Amino acid sequence: MSLKNMTITPGWEKYMTKEYIDLVERGPYGKQKKVSEMGSFKEVLEEHPMCAGCAMTLFIRLTMVGLPNPEHTILIGTAGCGRLALTQTSIPFIYGNYGDTNAVASGLKRGLEVRFKDQAKDVVVMAGDGGLADIGFSAVMHSWFRKERFTTIMLDNEVYGNTGGQESGMTERGALLKMAPKGKLFDKMDMMGLAQTSGVAYIARLTPTNPTRVASVVRKAVMIAREVGPTFIQAYTSCNIEYAIPTPKVLDDARDIESKRYGFMEIISDEAKAYLDSIDTAKKAKKE
Amino acid sequence: MSDSAGVKDVQAGKAAETKSAGDIELSAGDRQKIVTPEYMFFEAPRERAFITGSEAAKEAIRRSNVDVAISYPITPQSETMQQVGSLWAEGYVKEYFRGEEEIGVMSAIAGSSRAGARSMTATAGPGLMRGMEVIASWPGGRIPAVLLIMCRVVNAPLAIQPDNVELAYLLNCGIILFHGENQQDFFDYTMKAFIISERPEVTLPVAVAVDGFFVTHARGYVSMPSKDIKLPPRDPYAEAVPTMDNENPPARLSRDAPIQKSNFISYQVHASWQQEVWAANERSRRYIEKYMGGLIEVINPDAEVMLIASGSAVSQSREAVRQAEEEHNTKIGLIKVRSLRPFPTPELRAACKHAKRIIVPEFNYMGWLHREIVTALYGYSKAEIVPGPRVYGGMSMPTEMILQTIFPNKKFVF
Repeated sequence: MSLKNMTITPGWEKYMTKEYIDLVERGPYGKQKKVSEMGSFKEVLEEHPMCAGCAMTLFIRLTMVGLPNPEHTILIGTAGCGRLALTQTSIPFIYGNYGDTNAVASGLKRGLEVRFKDQAKDVVVMAGDGGLADIGFSAVMHSWFRKERFTTIMLDNEVYGNTGGQESGMTERGALLKMAPKGKLFDKMDMMGLAQTSGVAYIARLTPTNPTRVASVVRKAVMIAREVGPTFIQAYTSCNIEYAIPTPKVLDDARDIESKRYGFMEIISDEAKAYLDSIDTAKKAKKE
Repeated sequence: MSDSAGVKDVQAGKAAETKSAGDIELSAGDRQKIVTPEYMFFEAPRERAFITGSEAAKEAIRRSNVDVAISYPITPQSETMQQVGSLWAEGYVKEYFRGEEEIGVMSAIAGSSRAGARSMTATAGPGLMRGMEVIASWPGGRIPAVLLIMCRVVNAPLAIQPDNVELAYLLNCGIILFHGENQQDFFDYTMKAFIISERPEVTLPVAVAVDGFFVTHARGYVSMPSKDIKLPPRDPYAEAVPTMDNENPPARLSRDAPIQKSNFISYQVHASWQQEVWAANERSRRYIEKYMGGLIEVINPDAEVMLIASGSAVSQSREAVRQAEEEHNTKIGLIKVRSLRPFPTPELRAACKHAKRIIVPEFNYMGWLHREIVTALYGYSKAEIVPGPRVYGGMSMPTEMILQTIFPNKKFVF
């Protein structure tokens, strides 16, 4: 939104809710907030109906802090747990049909580019492993091959959480889940490899164990999507319900999985790297 | 072109501005003059061309100020979206790409329309079926967009021939649905569809269907205004729902909120949303009347035997009406149904009051138009409503088939 749009017309302050005044005065719009500042500003995501201890919710909160331009961002989701939180953000959120995120995002981004020539509008898809790797697979892959300029963030809890714990393509082989009564019979899909094959400009894999890193990865992904090409973040966001992780142990589990098979990984194309370097150079020049 | 009050010469100023900027070349679309819908539809001088239905669609898109067009091939539609691609290459359409398949295309249209861009695509038969989950969600998403449909057989067995059974699936999802008779209708309805779709009190997708091959691949006379003019652009801020461009004040309330809680507030929200979609569908009537001359057209209104048809069946019925009069000395009435949704229920009740026999020729096996008419006229007409004649699977309908139904005691060869 243009920041002018959110400013309260003088004289109307007393009729606006506290929630709105806080968003305007203490929200992240027009200011790049840091993870270390959390608790001192009004966040894009606050109240939500997610389960207690949900790692996905923490990850989404951190993602919102990382967005470089929340006032010009549009979020897209699909069926799954994540959208229960995403609908509660103070950023426009599109919920379309099952597995349609990357097709909707393609049309949205192009439509916005037609209408806003001088203002970058960031489009960010946040959906689950089922939504992106199973039902939305074709749309995801084709959006990457077409080099659509938006960010895809996979909230990978390795299960269909919202429908009650069924196997997904991203589930580990052998995991005993609903619809996999003998344990999953094939390997976890290699979405990182597929992203590379299809020429995604920036690919990252991480867990929410390092909050600052989450925000910084998101910021890079959104900036690169704006200027270079498609970006993909695959985030381990465990389902403590379906995988029976005790609530206080959710981050211990994340650290454990991270050390065993979900270590931080970043794959950056030369063009994306050059772009990141140019931002750094510009920043340094500004400081000097 | 005359200097009618309806013509706004906004390009003159823009051209001067652009020239001073020095680095932007005007596209073909930028050079078109924006005119009011009324001028485009009713006042602009027209010239007649002998073109196919696909070409008529292309010429309509050229004059419709389209922002985003998304294509995917399927017979007999492919030619239309190929030609829309040429329009993009020429600069008449601002953005164009080939999607991955119909679910992707229909979803991308939902995205570009939510972005506030005037959006269109086209499909046929199995493509419509594949995209149906998404298309059926457009009205609930209050997506203004135009979908062109070139009807063909729905598999199986596989066939590419004309048969309009697919329109039956569109009748119950809230989309506004027009069924064009010929190339001229395809040209006119398509342009009018954009304007009706984007009315604030409508804000719904509009589908414009024609029968494949009979209309898309055959030539007919189409009178068209100059290609130097185009419709006004979409104004997404004058519609029923917020545009998803983040130009609104922040709110923790999603336009596309999923309503899946098991409580009465959720049920109520969804129920009222459905009511509103269908109320919006009904509100399009006044624009169908204004721009399209009404939901129906009636020929020989006093005849005791009335034919009711839509699409290509209208052309065949027209000819049967002529033959009945000239060769059999009998005046037969004909009602052309232009709009299937909203359905012309009050119009048909009025037009059929006197009828003793109603005949419904159709290009599909199961007779969806017959069912619609029976439902509309139940309790309002004593006429026998004859189910048929019908052809399907790609057949054409000889006029003798219609005459045989009109004159059961005579013998026609077909």
